[in-house]
Amino acid sequence: MKRILEKAVKWLLTASGFVTSVVILLIIGFLFTEGAGLFREPVVEEGYVLVLNKENPVSAMTAAEIKAVFDEDVVNWKDLGGPDMAIETFRLEDVDEYFSAEELGPQYENAGGAIAGLVESRPGMVAFVPGSMIPEDAGVKLAEDRNISPGEVFGGREWFPTATPAPLFGILPLLAGTVWVSLFAIIFALPFGISIAVYMSEVASEKVRGFLKPVIELLNGIPSVVYGFFGLIVIVPMLQQVFGLPVGESGLAGSIVLAIMALPTIVTVAEDAMRNCPRTLREASLALGATKWQTIYKVVIPSSMSGIASGVVLGIGRAVGETMAVLMVTGNAAVIPSSILEPLRTIPATIAAELGEAPAGGAHYQSLFLLGVILFFITFLINMCVEYISARNRAKNS
Amino acid sequence: MYRGTYVLAIISCAMLFCRNAEAQRVKGSDTLLPLTQELAEQYIDEHPGTEVIVTGGGSGVGIAALPENTTDIAMASRRIKFGEKMKFAEIGLDAREVIVAYDALAVVVNPSNPVDSLTREQLEAIFRGKITNWKDVGGEDRKIVVYSRETSSGTYEFFKESVLDNKNYMSSILSMPATGAIIQSVRQTKGAIGYIGLAYLNPFVKPVSVSYDGGASYARPSVGTAADGSYPIVRPLYYYYDARKEAEVGPFISYVLSAEGQASVLEQGFIPVLMEEKAL
Repeated sequence: MKRILEKAVKWLLTASGFVTSVVILLIIGFLFTEGAGLFREPVVEEGYVLVLNKENPVSAMTAAEIKAVFDEDVVNWKDLGGPDMAIETFRLEDVDEYFSAEELGPQYENAGGAIAGLVESRPGMVAFVPGSMIPEDAGVKLAEDRNISPGEVFGGREWFPTATPAPLFGILPLLAGTVWVSLFAIIFALPFGISIAVYMSEVASEKVRGFLKPVIELLNGIPSVVYGFFGLIVIVPMLQQVFGLPVGESGLAGSIVLAIMALPTIVTVAEDAMRNCPRTLREASLALGATKWQTIYKVVIPSSMSGIASGVVLGIGRAVGETMAVLMVTGNAAVIPSSILEPLRTIPATIAAELGEAPAGGAHYQSLFLLGVILFFITFLINMCVEYISARNRAKNS
Repeated sequence: MYRGTYVLAIISCAMLFCRNAEAQRVKGSDTLLPLTQELAEQYIDEHPGTEVIVTGGGSGVGIAALPENTTDIAMASRRIKFGEKMKFAEIGLDAREVIVAYDALAVVVNPSNPVDSLTREQLEAIFRGKITNWKDVGGEDRKIVVYSRETSSGTYEFFKESVLDNKNYMSSILSMPATGAIIQSVRQTKGAIGYIGLAYLNPFVKPVSVSYDGGASYARPSVGTAADGSYPIVRPLYYYYDARKEAEVGPFISYVLSAEGQASVLEQGFIPVLMEEKAL
C-alpha cells in the first residue's frame, strides 16, 4: 500500500513538473509568434489604402512621412521628392465636405467611386480610405505599401501606435525610458542597500537585527500600486517644489519609487552573503590586528562580493519589470529622455496601459507583444548574470 | 473524507461551466461601466429571475469579445473600427449598434490658472505642442504641461477626432492611466491642462469654456449646455450586439433606452439620448 502511494506521488510530481515546463514553453512560444506578427503587418492600417493621383510621381512614403502629411506638418510634395505642389489630405470623415448625401447614395454605395473621381481631378490629393471602397478600374493609383520593417521598430524614435493612417512603432523612447529609470533606481538603492546590509550583519545587535530584518522584508509585501499611489501623492509634488519643475511626474520620481521597492531585495541578499562569510576569515583578520571596520571593508565585503552583486542584479530585475508604480509616477511621455527630471515612458507601463483597448490581432496588439519579447530578453539577460555570478561564487567557496 | 472532497470538486467544476441560460453578459468600455452596472441592478430588480453580468476592460476588449461569443453586448466609448467590422464580416456576424447615452468631455486646468476660455484652434495647438506657454493664450508666463489619457482609451480617440481634427498629439504628451490620475496631476501642477469626462468634474480642477466657432461664442461644460447643443465636445456611447441575439438582449437594451433607464443616465452625469437628439 505504502509503495503504491509512493509511486503515485512520484508519478504525480513528474507529471506536474513536466506539464508546467511545457506550459511555460508554450507561453514563450505564444509571445514570440504574436510579437513577430508585427513584421507581417502593413505600414498603413490594415484594410485601408492611400490613394494618389495618377500624375503624382511620389508612390511610396514611410510611416513617419505619412504621419507628417496627415498632421499637416509637411504641406508640399516637394519635401517628399515630388513636384512643387500643395498636399491636400482626405479622410473618410471629410466626405460630407465634398459630396452631398444624394451623391453618395443611401447606403454610401457610390462613395468609393466619388472619392476616386475626386482624387483623379485633384493632382495634389492623398486620400486615406478603406481598400474595398475604391473600384478596380478607377483612374487613380494606390501608394505602394510594404510590411513594417524591423529597422523602423528597433531604430524608430517615435511611438505613436494609434496614429492614423500609419501607426509608428519606434521602441527607442520606451527602451531608453526603461534603462534610464532602472539605472537611476539602482544608483539610489545601491549605497543605501549596502549600508543597511553592512549595518545589519556586522554592527547591529541581535535584538536590533531581529526587529529590522522583518521590517525591511515587510517592504517587499506592499503592493506596487500602493507605492505608485504614494509616489503620485507625496514624491511627485515634493520633487516639483524642490527642483522647481513645471511638472513633477518624471523619471526621477519613478526611480525613487523603484529604489524603495528594490531595497528589500538588495538588503536581504547582500546581508545573507555577508553573514555567510566564513568565521575563520574574520578571526584571521582580527588576529592580525585589524580593527572591526578594517575587517568589514577589507575582508567581509570582498569575500561576499558575488552575493552582493547578485542582490544588486536581482534588484535591477525588479526595477526593469515593475509596471504599476512606474505607470503612475513617470508621466508616460514617449520621448527619449535627455535628463532624469523629464517625464519618460517604460516598456512594462506601455504594455499595461495600452493592451486593454488595442484591437485584438492588430498591429498595435502585436507590437505590445513584441515589447513583451524585448522585456523577456532583458530579464533573461539579468537572470543569466545572477546565475553566472552565483556559479562563480560557488566555485570560489568550494 | 476523500470522497467528500471529490464531490465538492466536481460540483464546483460544474458550477464553473454551467451558466445560467438567462444571464446576459455585458463587457467593454470603462467609461460605460459604472452606468451599465447601475442600469443592470435596476433591471434585475424589476425583472426577478434574470441576470446581467457587467465587466469592464476597455472598448477594444468588449468588441473583440463579441465574435468570440464571450459577451452578449459590447460597450464602447468609440465607434467600431473598420478592421473590427471586417473581422465580424469574416465570420458572418451582423453587429447592431445602439447609442445609449452621450458623454461630454471637459477641458480642465489648475484652479489658480487665470485662463478660462479657449477656442478649438488654441486647444489643437496646445495638445499638438505648437503653443507651449500660457501667455500665448492670455495667461501667465508659464510652461503648459499637457496631460492626456493613454493612447488606447476611447476618450483619447474621441478627443483626437473632435478637438485635434484627427491630427496626432505631440509625442512628449504626458499620458495618464486613468481619469483620476489626470485630476490629481492637474490639481497639483500649476501649468497643467487635461481633459476628463463631465461626470468626473470636481472643485479641485477648473473647467474652461470652449468655442468651436473661432471665439464667437463660448460654452461652459455642463449637462445643460451639452444637452442643448451649445457645448461642442460631446460623444455618443454605444452598445454593440449580435443581430441574431436580438431576442435575448432586446429587453435590457429597451430598458436602458426607456424613460426610467435614461433618468439614471442623467443621474450618473451622462446626457440622455432623447435630450441630445432634441437639440440636434
